[in-house]
Amino acid sequence: MSSIYRIRGVRDLPREELFAPGHGLCAGCTAGTVIRHLLKISGRNTIVVNATNCVEVSTTMYPYTSWRVPWIHVAFENAAAVASGIETALRVMARKGLIDPNKRINIVVLAGDGGTYDIGLQALSGMLERGHRVMYVLYDNEAYMNTGIQRSGSTPLHAWTTTTPVGKVLRGKMQPKKPIAEIVAAHRIPYVATANIAYPIDMDQKFLKGLQVEGPSFIHVLQPCPTGWRFDPRYGIEVGRLAVETAMWINWEITMGDFKVTVRVPKRKHVKHYLRIQGRFRDLSEEEIEEIQELINKEVERINRMAGEEVIGPLAE
Amino acid sequence: METKLESRVRQTRVILNSNYAAAYAVRDADVDVISAYPITPQTGVVEKLSEMIAEGELDAEMIHVESEHSALSAIIGASAVGARVFTATSSQGLEYMHEVLHIASGMRLPLVMAIATRALSAPISIWNDYSDLMNVRDTSWITFIASTAQEVYDSIIEAYMVSEDPRILLPSIVAYDGFWMSHTYEPLYIPEDRKTVLEMLPRRPRYTLDPDNPITMGSIVNPDWYYEIKYQQVEAMKEAYRVIREADAKIEENLGRVYKPVESYLAEDSEILVLTYGGIYGTLQTAVDLLRSEGLKVGALRLRLWRPFPARDLKTLVEDAKTLIVVDRAISYGASIEGPVALETIAALYREGLYPTIASFIAGIGGRPVSEDDFRDMVKKALELGERALKIGSIHWGVRGAEYE
Repeated sequence: MSSIYRIRGVRDLPREELFAPGHGLCAGCTAGTVIRHLLKISGRNTIVVNATNCVEVSTTMYPYTSWRVPWIHVAFENAAAVASGIETALRVMARKGLIDPNKRINIVVLAGDGGTYDIGLQALSGMLERGHRVMYVLYDNEAYMNTGIQRSGSTPLHAWTTTTPVGKVLRGKMQPKKPIAEIVAAHRIPYVATANIAYPIDMDQKFLKGLQVEGPSFIHVLQPCPTGWRFDPRYGIEVGRLAVETAMWINWEITMGDFKVTVRVPKRKHVKHYLRIQGRFRDLSEEEIEEIQELINKEVERINRMAGEEVIGPLAE
Repeated sequence: METKLESRVRQTRVILNSNYAAAYAVRDADVDVISAYPITPQTGVVEKLSEMIAEGELDAEMIHVESEHSALSAIIGASAVGARVFTATSSQGLEYMHEVLHIASGMRLPLVMAIATRALSAPISIWNDYSDLMNVRDTSWITFIASTAQEVYDSIIEAYMVSEDPRILLPSIVAYDGFWMSHTYEPLYIPEDRKTVLEMLPRRPRYTLDPDNPITMGSIVNPDWYYEIKYQQVEAMKEAYRVIREADAKIEENLGRVYKPVESYLAEDSEILVLTYGGIYGTLQTAVDLLRSEGLKVGALRLRLWRPFPARDLKTLVEDAKTLIVVDRAISYGASIEGPVALETIAALYREGLYPTIASFIAGIGGRPVSEDDFRDMVKKALELGERALKIGSIHWGVRGAEYE
């Protein structure tokens, strides 16, 4: 665990940067923001297991690396299995006196949506079921951005990708986003949370909690992608904030089974505000936008029911 | 129980099948992390290891993964932080690992895996052949093929000695026949005190994921570096031959058993040699006795080391023979010679400047038994066909519908 115990604001975060500059992430990529915050919380005693993804290819171009903590990449679908092996080995070696038994080392998986929702789901489920003390951080940019914006199980309804073009017959992705965090929560692990880079303190508190539990934790971070979502690189945080303000994205957590919405939205904006600043939704008709709005309305109802009160308010603008 | 007296180390005679022999070797090597997924006929290895862990005979943890892909991935993670690791599989399980096999060797991690070899689907067959092992030929794993439970035990110990050697750092496979060996009980000797095994396997420092000394493992590489990194693997695999011979010498010195990359039986004065691999070697030796009683100068060879391929050892043994018969238990579909070991043998002998008459046979596919009579008849068929044998390609032995005149 890190030396931080409580985060009320950015001043509580250490100045030390464990994610070095000079990497090759796109201009305005918010994955870098996620990693900087993550490592500030986890500190030096951390081993990062990176699934194949944008972060992996753009931060470790041999012979350079951006990682000031030990870091490993093995393949696309197996980060959770690799982390399981690391966690188990550290435990056995500590017991056998081969390493310092008093040092608590954080094991953090960093995987994208393709590596989590799709190809990595089996290994992830195995890791959760076995109960390894690993924090799995999913940075979700809602498509296979590393290979050039292909549809994933995370891509939202009607979003354009290179494999879900908007045409006369097919209108972007024809299925809604898979509820991955709830699928993870169904494993009944100690801590599951959703977070968003536009709410860094909320996100950092969740990283901290995730590292403190004795068992698996899962932090699902929405990570706006200027390249794949087709927006001006300066708007990454703005897009993230609009996702929450429209309730397209809800920041919640489940601690030992207790559900709580951590960022309340008293009055929510119409989803068009979120969709209109992204090129991937450029071709949507009014009806299609309303179809998405309907999905959100239903989801808000469901979330409020789960919370037992109105944590996400009515549509106001 | 009796103790073998001629070795340096005091040993106990036990009765085990090859799966259990593998498990005992893993126990005696003080392995830290084991990860495996059930598949017939390998399952006995991990069942026995689970028992050993449950009884406190082995201080290790078993990661009960949800697939073979994760089994290999998990021990990669464990090895990356410095643990001694093990897995075992067969057939489809090995194929499911395939992608990760390349990554394991590319990351230069000293993993050890036992393979109870088995035919591949489709049609599904749980019985033995070596199609699974031959399929992973180019994954850069050092590969031993054992022929007795004793050799399975010794080879697993040897595999750790070689893989963990700082000059090598490549993973190793110890393969043996599914069912014919994995489920057949044989007597073997194992050290009374496992300290003697651990003396052969000191924990050696290597690069690991350590927060006090952070490194990046498994980074992305562009064309300006990739080839050099892979060439280091080529060199390590070549160098492995010498390190294996050193390990053979240590096994002999400590455990009193002598192993060579190519084993032989009555090869010295033979005009005809039969080369094969795995548990079938015992049958071949009996066939050699039969043929000798008929007046034919026949000898037997067994490939113990598949990767790195022991071309020079083969040359020395084959030098004075007129005919070499290679009996494979796997098919390389569409190859000019469909027996993978025959193909490799021809290349190796050509490299060494030897051109005996060669016949390639494929037998025992999908668990079909190969008897002494089969070997005797293969030899006779090869002699009858002479130089024509190789023109056929590989002769598929005992299969209905194939005729060779």
